Amino acid sequence: MQRRNNQLTGAFGEEVVCEYLKVHHAEIIERNWRIREGEIDIIAMYPSGIFTFVEVKTRSTVAFGHPLEAITREKAHRMGRLALGWLATHGCLGCDYQIDVAAVMIAPDGSHSIDYRAAVL
Amino acid sequence: MSLAHTQSVALLGLDGHVVTVEVDIADGLPMYVLLGLPDAALSESRDRVRSAIVNCGEKWPNRKVTVSLSPAWLPKSGSSFDLAICIALLSAHETISAEAIADIVFLGELSLDGRIRAVRGVLPALIAAQKAGVKTAVVPSANYQEAQLMQGIEIIAMEHVKQVLRWLRTGEREIADEFDLQWQPFDDTLDFADVAGQPQARLAAEIAAAGGHHILLIGPPGAGKTMIAERIPTILPSLSIAQALEVAAVHSIAGLFTNRSPTSLLAPIVSPHHTTTRVAMVGGGAHVIKPGACSLAHNGVLFIDEAPECPAGVLDSLRQPLEAGTITIARSIGNITFPAQFLLVLAANPCPCGKFSGRGRNCTCTSQQVRRYLGRLSGPLMDRIDMRVQVDPVGRVDMARTDLGETSAAIRLRVIAARSVAEVRFADYNWKLNSQIPSRALRTVFQPERAGMNFLHDELDKERITARGLHKIIRVAWTLADMHGHAIPTLNDVEQAHILRGGVEL
Repeated sequence: MQRRNNQLTGAFGEEVVCEYLKVHHAEIIERNWRIREGEIDIIAMYPSGIFTFVEVKTRSTVAFGHPLEAITREKAHRMGRLALGWLATHGCLGCDYQIDVAAVMIAPDGSHSIDYRAAVL
Repeated sequence: MSLAHTQSVALLGLDGHVVTVEVDIADGLPMYVLLGLPDAALSESRDRVRSAIVNCGEKWPNRKVTVSLSPAWLPKSGSSFDLAICIALLSAHETISAEAIADIVFLGELSLDGRIRAVRGVLPALIAAQKAGVKTAVVPSANYQEAQLMQGIEIIAMEHVKQVLRWLRTGEREIADEFDLQWQPFDDTLDFADVAGQPQARLAAEIAAAGGHHILLIGPPGAGKTMIAERIPTILPSLSIAQALEVAAVHSIAGLFTNRSPTSLLAPIVSPHHTTTRVAMVGGGAHVIKPGACSLAHNGVLFIDEAPECPAGVLDSLRQPLEAGTITIARSIGNITFPAQFLLVLAANPCPCGKFSGRGRNCTCTSQQVRRYLGRLSGPLMDRIDMRVQVDPVGRVDMARTDLGETSAAIRLRVIAARSVAEVRFADYNWKLNSQIPSRALRTVFQPERAGMNFLHDELDKERITARGLHKIIRVAWTLADMHGHAIPTLNDVEQAHILRGGVEL
């Protein structure tokens, strides 16, 4: 039950971030691209032509610290590898790209806030 | 603005370097990067600073925090940067004005709840800060007394990070009670009056104090060697303020103010155990180089009991500081020089069982053991010892006497008088004590009376003394002359010095 809840929370967070990207004129290319090594939450492209890979962390409580603290060095490296993997399989190796992270915090009353950080790696 | 800087001090031996602590808070994943060659204790500052900030009710920036300690090439160690990092970080996080902290030196280790803990080396750090033109320094309350020795810099003692923040934000602070900065000249717990009898050893101690001569006391257990050695600081003139500051700085680096007050003007006495190592004796250490016993005894007395029991090499490591008055320790992080001008007092039993004295009736050692025992003290070291004195067991006559011996205060007056005579004589030279007269000067300007010189030359011809021994005897003779009021050493002074040197057999 708990697991289901967390998945719903995660899906909600990704939805929020997609809306945020659209507001900022980015085009969503793909969502939840998954290979054996892991998953990229959102792949988008800005009008400037830069591929953007977004990792979304959603939390409904701050008991476990800031959501972005959950991204360890190892996870960050995996995001880099996944991004290259996506570019390779889509014939875009060598294109400009960046990796963004977004933290979505859901308050007990259902309101949410977003902490978006561009080009963190 | 997400950039701020403040200052702290890195210590390399006694030399302090003012370090700029810069903190940059940038967008990015939450991360903490510490630059500037930190050691393990300093790298752990991240967790102490973070807990302290959170537990003081402040916000930890969940962004990329870069802390840079410059100059970057200088290796930095220890926990004394915690407070500076914490304050710069909060300023970069825009909770304190950056101008307010830019020119202040912060020293202190943080506990997880935000209290500021004492650190080593506050005094040398402040000396370096003052030289660099710093006007204000924040130090842990526990180090306040030591910090107050430093004149010409505003010292602010703080107990808790919250107090520091309140002061930086509002300008309000509780003024810590100023310690009554009284230099304490003498300590009357030890006194020469306690020593029964021992006229020869008393005299030798007085000469040692007056001329700065190193001595070896030889005697059976219980005769009073340790008692006499422990009381030598009480007959030395009290330290000048400059000397006291030097001593306080060395003790501060070693973190040893637990048993010596920083405001004491009494000459220090350090008595390392005979199992001590070379590093403990001269100083050293892998990451943080600490002064050894010979530097802690700077301007005071280094007393080594049971000297022949010391492992080979430990005593000999003292030869260089005995000559130079300083000790230079070379390690990968650099060469560090500590002062080491001390009066060396060695004590030894006459033989392994300790009873070979007087008629030696109770001694159970073979004659070879007796001969070997003092032979463990190496020749080159013995050559640097000016006086070798027999301390005989106290007899019933001395113990039964109810009138006490001379007090330390009375002896000290004579020591000070003798020293001032020497000081006047050496006004044009760069040494102050008879033990420091260079051998060249002994053969030219500072010769004893002709009769005395002839006596010494005869002894030299008979190979009873070495050339170095001859110089040592003349130096002691000068001290005796000062004490007896002779303008130059007489034959009598020279003969007495020769006897104190230990004559032929040792």
